[in-house]
Amino acid sequence: MMQMPQPDASVLAHRDAIVARLRDALPDAVIDDPAETRAYECDALSAYRCTPLAVVLPQTTRQVSRLLALCHDMQVPVVPRGAGTSLAGGSMPTADSVVIGLSRMTQVLEVSPQDRLIRVQAGRTNLSVSTAVEGLGFFYAPDPSSQLACAIGGNIAMNSGGAHCLKYGVTTNNLLGVTMVLMDGSVVELGGPMGESGGLDLLGVICGSEGQMGIVTEATLRILPRPAGARPVLIGFDSSESAGACVAAIIRAGVIPVAIEFMDRPCIRATEEHAKAGYPDCEALLIVEVEGTAPEIDEQLSLIRDIAQGFDPVEFRESRSEDEARRIWLGRKSAFGAMGQLGDYICLDGTIPVTALPKVLAGIGDLSQQYGMTVANVFHAGDGNMHPLIIYDANTPGDLDKAEAIGADIMRLCVQVGGCLTGEHGVGIEKRDLMGVQFDPPDLEAQMRVKDAFDPHWLLNAAKVFPLGVSAPRRERRLNSKAPDAA
Amino acid sequence: MRPDTETQVAEAIRDATGPLSITGGGTRLWPDEGQGARLDMTGLSGITLYEPEALTLVVRAGTPLAEVNQTLAAEGQMLGFEPSALEGSTIGGVAAANASGPRRVLSGAARDALIGVRFVDGQGQVVRNGGRVMKNVTGYDLVKLMAGSRGTLGALTELSFRTTPLPQACTTLQLADLDPAMAVPALSEALGGPFDVSAAAWHPAHGTLIRLEGLAASVASRAAALSDRLGGFGTVTQMQGNPWPQLEPAAAGGDLWRIICRPSEAAALLSRLPVPLSLDWGGALIHVCLPQGSLPDLPRFSGHARRIRGDGPAILPAPHPVAARIERDLRARFDPRGIFQGTH
Repeated sequence: MMQMPQPDASVLAHRDAIVARLRDALPDAVIDDPAETRAYECDALSAYRCTPLAVVLPQTTRQVSRLLALCHDMQVPVVPRGAGTSLAGGSMPTADSVVIGLSRMTQVLEVSPQDRLIRVQAGRTNLSVSTAVEGLGFFYAPDPSSQLACAIGGNIAMNSGGAHCLKYGVTTNNLLGVTMVLMDGSVVELGGPMGESGGLDLLGVICGSEGQMGIVTEATLRILPRPAGARPVLIGFDSSESAGACVAAIIRAGVIPVAIEFMDRPCIRATEEHAKAGYPDCEALLIVEVEGTAPEIDEQLSLIRDIAQGFDPVEFRESRSEDEARRIWLGRKSAFGAMGQLGDYICLDGTIPVTALPKVLAGIGDLSQQYGMTVANVFHAGDGNMHPLIIYDANTPGDLDKAEAIGADIMRLCVQVGGCLTGEHGVGIEKRDLMGVQFDPPDLEAQMRVKDAFDPHWLLNAAKVFPLGVSAPRRERRLNSKAPDAA
Repeated sequence: MRPDTETQVAEAIRDATGPLSITGGGTRLWPDEGQGARLDMTGLSGITLYEPEALTLVVRAGTPLAEVNQTLAAEGQMLGFEPSALEGSTIGGVAAANASGPRRVLSGAARDALIGVRFVDGQGQVVRNGGRVMKNVTGYDLVKLMAGSRGTLGALTELSFRTTPLPQACTTLQLADLDPAMAVPALSEALGGPFDVSAAAWHPAHGTLIRLEGLAASVASRAAALSDRLGGFGTVTQMQGNPWPQLEPAAAGGDLWRIICRPSEAAALLSRLPVPLSLDWGGALIHVCLPQGSLPDLPRFSGHARRIRGDGPAILPAPHPVAARIERDLRARFDPRGIFQGTH
């Protein structure tokens, strides 16, 4: 079980005074009734919950600035929240924190097709950014599976990915600039045309900083012309090794599809039961999608067909219509829902070098037997971003602990083969205490120095990302130096 | 000093008593850079790991860019971004300068293809960040911070890059008669359509240039469709030869300025400037030569202009005070003794 630090007693003691000052600043935006703040007690890592001291829902950069300056003045911790879809506990509150939520900041501020950009308030959902530019023939590329709900501000905090990163990159590769409010209330513009400012790449370092450096209130995003068309194929194999080797061979041949998705047998069976997409009952399958005009698609798919033949596929299914394409994606897109039918689950997202795929899949199989837990695999194979789903029963005492233990072993395996703990979900609280597996103390020290520059008092989302013991001296410095009547 | 190992780099930095200039090929120095004792990184040379099927290259920082390109080409690949071409550059220098060429409009900058770093900070401490996989959000992204930091935060010792297949075919479309301000709308038109344009520029000797790359049949069909789309801007021809290395501005009399702007702002800027040496990135990058020591008189715009060769450092407009404060703070934390020479 993850531990959280003891809440700051002096903040809890001054709860009413803090709420009064917040409400004084923004009368219609403060929620402090426990019946209502409970809605903010967790994000998508729902095994961990904590009701915050208060929630504030501002509408403008200026309001965020006022709130943060106020919290800074009172030395009250702040937890930023986009749409609360983090799978890593990135927006889980602490009892002594004020949650600042972006849900009322959803406006489109500017669209410039000539500059190929859109500027939005950071609470706008990912999918509605694409919707806003669809009529102009553009789209916003990063497409996390929560894209219907997740906010751009959260995407920036976690540097979110999606299924199409192999071609289009992740959030950081599609972010041109932000307006960000620092903990002391100062407002800064980072980035610029092409994402370049004149100096250090501060935009690059705040992207993926998990709400620990400031609150992004506005974002300028690169939009791309929509491709003429896209078409998936489904390839079934009688071993995971063959599927993994086929992925490597496709890439080696010089074809970069927009997506290569992988599902193993436990995952295929669960989704078949749930979504009935008509997938073959085999050890592993790939969904490979390519883009372009019809002749371009044909050219790429014929290459992929030739390569796949070398790995004795049990099935090679092409799509000749929109409906067939939709059916190929149907199972993949309902995979997570289908897994939910099997029980509660933890979804990991370590990335590995594509070349280590067979070894890691075998290793996960061994661990699964050893622990007696079901682990299903569905993931972005082209970029090595795994998504092992560990099925457990929240009502069985000890089952969550066991699921977390096998999860930790799988993450260690990812790091051991040259990969990382998390490819797109972020560290949050979930992987915080495993950071030492991937990093040495000086590596973590260098990262914490960056937070020191943005948030010297460690008030923003402070109990995340770094192992508690490692961040303790910095977090506790504030408490120790605090006057008893600071609030 | 010319260390051969990371350990020696760390020792050299720990032992330094005065300013150090971390230097690769020394091909991209800005005014006032390179004034400290030279810490020559070219001794750290060679490829550590190359897995073509994983699109991954790990390379020591002092390795010549030419050697990197050769190694990748032998396996039918190239770096995941297009370095701006300069004779004698090292891969570490390219990363430290975030030196990104024409393909940036399609594939991003050096910082986008850079997926891992090792560096030695100002106290001689070795730091690792990122890794060798392209999707990685484990901890803060110091890789981006180091890319383009021009040796002011630490000495890069080893870099991981994403690689990509060499295109099978390549063609350059040319519109010879557009002036630079008129070229930008044509470039925007091309970049705004489904043509996967891999470079969009203007050059005084060649006019408007648009590059298409990929599988042969695909390049041919896109070239036809794009020529059709651009018909309103003038006659579109397929160019013989490769003009793209010439986009990197050569030395000229006076000061060299580099301007980053939105393409929609380019026309207003160009109207206040002499004929540029080149436009790149669809009009977002302008290189122009100005009389020695002068400052351009530019209207308000969303980017910045920097003197990159000539008479002393200059940047317009002045950096945002809060961003400048954070940058100073970061430099002081990574290099508390202030031994890394930099100009900002």
